[in-house]
Amino acid sequence: MNSAFKYVSTDEAGAITFFFGTVRNSTNSRNVEQLEYEAYDRMALKKMQEIADEACRRWNILRYVVVHRKGTLLTGEIAVLVAVATPHRADAYDASRYIIDTLKQTVPIWKKEYFDDGQVWVDAHP
Amino acid sequence: MSHRVSVQFFGITREIIGASTLTLDLPQPGRVGELLNSLKAQYPALSGLRSLLVAVNGEYAEPEDPIQPNDEIALIPPVSGG
Repeated sequence: MNSAFKYVSTDEAGAITFFFGTVRNSTNSRNVEQLEYEAYDRMALKKMQEIADEACRRWNILRYVVVHRKGTLLTGEIAVLVAVATPHRADAYDASRYIIDTLKQTVPIWKKEYFDDGQVWVDAHP
Repeated sequence: MSHRVSVQFFGITREIIGASTLTLDLPQPGRVGELLNSLKAQYPALSGLRSLLVAVNGEYAEPEDPIQPNDEIALIPPVSGG
């Protein structure tokens, strides 16, 4: 977090937004004990870069950081970080929302929820 | 004529197939749709997924797209990052 803040900080920025995606403790009233993230690394990095590039075309972004962790994460831990620095706050909010929404739709990363009574790959089935 | 392609699996498809990679024989020239149909026939549980896409060289592909012998192929079940 500190290094991301240092990276996006610039005197030209009037706004810096941080979005943290964190591990929630429940899904449909079932207790989530931990999440396991898996990624198709090569494609995930390429897709994340494409999303960031598209955001830079749409908004006046001075600097950005996008990080997605993988492996085992416990309740409350940060899974995703999106930091955006822009001259004015509207662009930072809009770009941040675009980046996280598009990442969730298109980047090949998968999470498995571990409950006290079983495991489920999230959204895999209708 | 057929050619061999290597396919990578992730998440629930890795568990359904029981392996991270498989080498398959595809008719030449192979197409993405044929690969999907052949895998679904061998592993019926794949048809129960909400969606199932194929990535060729790191890009989402259409069923009619061709598959070349040295392409990097991956099966992409519904993504759930974030």
